[in-house]
Amino acid sequence: MQSKKGIIATGAVIGLIAVLLVKMGNPANMGFCIACFIRDIAGGLGLHRAAVVQYLRPEIMGLVLGAFIAAIAGKEFSSRGGSSPMIRFFLGIIVMIGALMFLGCPLRMILRLAGGDLNALVGVFGFVAGIYIGVLFLNKGFSLKRTYRLPDFEGYAFPIFNVFLIILLVCAPAFIIFSESGPGSMAAPIAIALAAGLIVGFLAQKSRLCCVGGTRDMILFRDNYLLLGFLAILVFAAIGNLATGMFSLGFEGQPVAHTDGLWNFLGMAVVGWGSVLLGGCPLRQLILAGEGNSDSAITFFGMLVGAGFAHNFSLAASPKGASLNGQIATIICFAFLLAISLANIEKTPFKTKGDM
Amino acid sequence: MNKIDTRGMSCPQPVLMTKKAIEQNPEGLDILVGDNTAKNNIIRFLQSKGFSAEIEEYDEEFLLKARK
Repeated sequence: MQSKKGIIATGAVIGLIAVLLVKMGNPANMGFCIACFIRDIAGGLGLHRAAVVQYLRPEIMGLVLGAFIAAIAGKEFSSRGGSSPMIRFFLGIIVMIGALMFLGCPLRMILRLAGGDLNALVGVFGFVAGIYIGVLFLNKGFSLKRTYRLPDFEGYAFPIFNVFLIILLVCAPAFIIFSESGPGSMAAPIAIALAAGLIVGFLAQKSRLCCVGGTRDMILFRDNYLLLGFLAILVFAAIGNLATGMFSLGFEGQPVAHTDGLWNFLGMAVVGWGSVLLGGCPLRQLILAGEGNSDSAITFFGMLVGAGFAHNFSLAASPKGASLNGQIATIICFAFLLAISLANIEKTPFKTKGDM
Repeated sequence: MNKIDTRGMSCPQPVLMTKKAIEQNPEGLDILVGDNTAKNNIIRFLQSKGFSAEIEEYDEEFLLKARK
């Protein structure tokens, strides 16, 4: 799977499945969006009260469990953690606030572009700028330090939590909230969405697909492996959209999007920078959490809490544009990112050891 | 032979550490790696720089012997 053909095939499957999910009922250009779907789950669990974005999106549970199955099958499941968990939790919050300013994670940014939404192109510029800043700090020695092996059950806890979310979705007890209108009410059938998540989670674990890693590795190492996956998603989702009549080129009137270029740029810059510090995009964090990485599971909960804050405090943008609270929050996110970046530069310069 | 320990580091730090280390050790070095992802990334990077890599596995961890 870790061949160029493997990553391109993975990107192609993701692009086409994303189009299929929209055809089956998901909001437009939102076959997958890790940020939007975690935000919907936060709403479904009652962590925020934005009535139009509340649903337990089974794609998320599928992604985690698909990665879990792939990791177990490939003997790559490994329970690990301890690499600055609290900072990762806050980075999860920050990345979510940035993503909800833009209205999408890096994966939805690609899917929006593949649907002809040119606001996403502005987002791409911001994303690359954010990644570039993150890479500057990586080159200066930024590190959240290493993980350590942990008892097996630590790694099983998050996949089990996701099974529990599926049970809550299917049983639909009264305390779980489901949107009756808006994007949260638009969803592919549960079985199809779950299967889509499982397939993509499995492939993403095998291929290591990461939306931030493509640009990052090109800047750092001139390595195009992950970028090929990113581009394959774009090309195949665009083909799918063109074939099904869902491609619409322009800035105005794009689905679940706004036209405020400055804040689209800055929102994705926050996501790019934060994701470089985390070591992977929101999708990759879900996959790593499925592989047993409890730091990435904690990042998920940071994103979940961030989504709650984003809607409870009116930080999230809407199709009308960026809110003032959201603009202030985005600036605060930049300040936090700078502080985290500066505070975690290794004091001792890199050195090799003869005996270890 | 000099040795670096990349175990448990987030992407792309294992490759970044290797990149800096081979600049200081152009004849080669030993690299401790904690997982498959980092192992494959480092091997791909080493090959692009003209190094060969011999892999020894110890209890789900790896020692890569990078040689020019």
